[in-house]
Amino acid sequence: MKKVIIEKKVLSENDKLAAEIREQLDSRGILCLNFVSSPGSGKTSLLERTLSSMGDRLKIALIAGDVQTENDANRLIAAGGKNVFPLVTGGSCHLDAKMISNILPKINLDDLDLLIIENVGNLVCPASYDLGEDMKVALVSTTEGHDKPLKYPGMFRRSSIMVINKIDLLGTSDFDLAEVKNNARQINANLIFFETSCRTGEGLESWFQWLLEEIKTKKERC
Amino acid sequence: MHELSIAQSIFENVLKEKKTRNLSNIEKIGLRIGSLSGILPDSLEFSFNALKIDTELADTILEMEIIPLQGYCKKCEQNFAVHDYTFFCPSCQSGQIEIEQGMEMEIAFLEIKD
Ligand SMILES: Nc1nc2c(ncn2[C@@H]2O[C@H](COP(=O)(O)OP(=O)(O)OP(=O)(O)O)[C@@H](O)[C@H]2O)c(=O)[nH]1
Ligand SMILES: [Mg+2]
Ligand SMILES: [Zn+2]
Repeated sequence: MKKVIIEKKVLSENDKLAAEIREQLDSRGILCLNFVSSPGSGKTSLLERTLSSMGDRLKIALIAGDVQTENDANRLIAAGGKNVFPLVTGGSCHLDAKMISNILPKINLDDLDLLIIENVGNLVCPASYDLGEDMKVALVSTTEGHDKPLKYPGMFRRSSIMVINKIDLLGTSDFDLAEVKNNARQINANLIFFETSCRTGEGLESWFQWLLEEIKTKKERC
Repeated sequence: MHELSIAQSIFENVLKEKKTRNLSNIEKIGLRIGSLSGILPDSLEFSFNALKIDTELADTILEMEIIPLQGYCKKCEQNFAVHDYTFFCPSCQSGQIEIEQGMEMEIAFLEIKD
């Protein structure tokens, strides 16, 4: 019996592509966010809100990942999105870097502030795949239980932002805002929190301010 | 759920290594799987065994070493075991820690039959 040492990452191919994407975006100072959550937490809703409030001030491109339909992409176009690219995975439970680099040539990167990728609704599988983003933004809604961060530590450890959405529904379940934050901090002490309602608009202003600040920082860095 | 995609990537990587290193009779693929890698070992094995049927890796099996989570506290400059996904330094309670190991998903080695 002979042993051959390999020591190679299983997803090295994906990581290589992700690094190429990151380089392309970094060289132009484009901020890239990867939105992740369980199905239905409000990723598309937050992006609709972001488009209708910031669409005039920022040049935004969106890649809307979905297992089946192009519904999310259509919603984003209806919300004023001018650079919306549907990405139907046809069954795959996550997006990978290859899918993103196939779409990238269609996007005019020379005239862009922000690229947002809406991942497939799933808190497990997308965690393994780097898409070349600057940050993962994880959403949790107030209807899905405050133990979510503990149940999906892999995703919350890899995320930089946690948006607690549907705060208009606080009080209708036993969801505890302080508790969800404590649980999230146990996994990742550096998480930045936002509390939003895409229904009433509450809390969105601080999300927009953060976004503007982050875009500025990214531009200055490059 | 994505274990099938991961199994596919392992498969392609090993075939590539097999070709470039001119190997035959690969008996075993040694994997290092971090406990925060997001991979379910049973599910990965099931997927791999389904993929390998009637291929040149039909007789190849997976061996997985599960790597426990280890953190490093920047303040105390020491390593510690992360239990129950509590990412705090046990000495100073700081959350400013780095993950030293436990995230990996790596093909460590191949075992070849003589
Ligand atoms: N009450 C309330 N409902 C919301 C809020 N945000 C989103 N919703 C509703 O929640 C449902 C799901 O929202 P989406 O934005 O489609 O969620 P998603 O995360 O994009 O879903 P997938 O892409 O399928 O994973 C929709 O019916 C939204 O109208 C909120 O802040 N409050
Ligand atoms: Mg959506
Ligand atoms: Zn310490």
